[in-house]
Amino acid sequence: MKVSVIITLKKDVLDPQGKIIHQTLDGMGFNDVNEVRQGKYFEIDTKENDQKKAKDKVEEMCKKLLANLVIENYKIIDAQ
Amino acid sequence: MKSSVITFPGSNCDRDMDVALKKFGFKNKMVWHDDAELPKSDLVVLPGGFSYGDYLRCGSMASKSKIMKSVINFANSGGMVMGICNGFQILVESGLVPGVLLRNKYLEFICKNVFLKINNKKNTYFKNINNDVLEFHIAHNEGNYFCTKDQLKEIEDNEQIAINYCNKEGKIENQFNPNGSIKNIAGIFNKEKNVLGMMPHPERMIDPYLSGEDGSLFFNNLINNIK
Repeated sequence: MKVSVIITLKKDVLDPQGKIIHQTLDGMGFNDVNEVRQGKYFEIDTKENDQKKAKDKVEEMCKKLLANLVIENYKIIDAQ
Repeated sequence: MKSSVITFPGSNCDRDMDVALKKFGFKNKMVWHDDAELPKSDLVVLPGGFSYGDYLRCGSMASKSKIMKSVINFANSGGMVMGICNGFQILVESGLVPGVLLRNKYLEFICKNVFLKINNKKNTYFKNINNDVLEFHIAHNEGNYFCTKDQLKEIEDNEQIAINYCNKEGKIENQFNPNGSIKNIAGIFNKEKNVLGMMPHPERMIDPYLSGEDGSLFFNNLINNIK
C-alpha cells in the first residue's frame, strides 16, 4: 500500500525559502500571489495492506522522524 | 579526564575537536556512530559538520543512530554532553535540549567570528570563567534558534539560555544577531545544565596565530571544572 504524507510548516514559523520563492514569482510577473509556504511530500510504499494499520504506522513515522512537531504539521493525504 | 567525540557520516569538525580536547588535557577517544557502547567518559561531544548530508532536517538522521541511545542514556543520568553546530542540531532533534534550528533568516551560509555573552555561569561549562564575552567562530546555514512561546518561557524560567550573540561590549541587540535566532540565542542547556548545545565553534579558537584564544580559555576552564 502506498501512503502519501505532506509536511508543512506551522503558521507562526518563519519560512525564508517560501518568502524568496514568492519574491521570485513576483519578479516573473505572477503578481497576485499572497504568500508561499514551502513543505515536504513523502510517498511511503509499505508492506501493510490494511489501510487503517498502514495509516497508523505512517503517523508514528511522522511523529518520530518525518516531522519535527515543534515547527511542522503532518497530514496523511492518501493511502491505497 | 576522559572525553569521547562521536563521528557521524558527514561530521567534519570531529578531528578539530579531538585536537582541541587533547591540547587541554583530555584523553579523547573517537567513537563511530554505529557503535552501541559509549566508552567511559567525563564528557561526550557531538561535533560539527553535515551528518547524513543534512537530509530531511539537519541532525534528524544522526539523532536516531545507534550510539545516540547510549548518549541519551548518559545525558539522562547526568553525564556531560556538548553539541557544537551540527552537534547542537542533533541535540535538538534527539530532544535533549528544547527547540529547533531553522534555516538562517537571510538564507545565507554565515561564516565569521561572533561575540557571545555568557548568560549563565552556574554550571560546569562556564563556571569560573572570568570573561563575560567570548569570541568564537560560527559557520552554519541552519542556526536560527526557534521554540514555542511556552518553551521560551520555560527556558527563561529555568535559566537555560547559555550564550547570546552580542557585540564586543556584551550588548545583546538585534543588529548583532547573525541568523534570526529568538532572543539572540546562540546556545542553550537542558534543564539540569549537563547538556549544552551551541552553534559557535570553540575548537576553532585555540591558536593565537590562526584565530584567537577564547576557545583555549573555554577548554582550560572546562577541564578544570570537570576535575
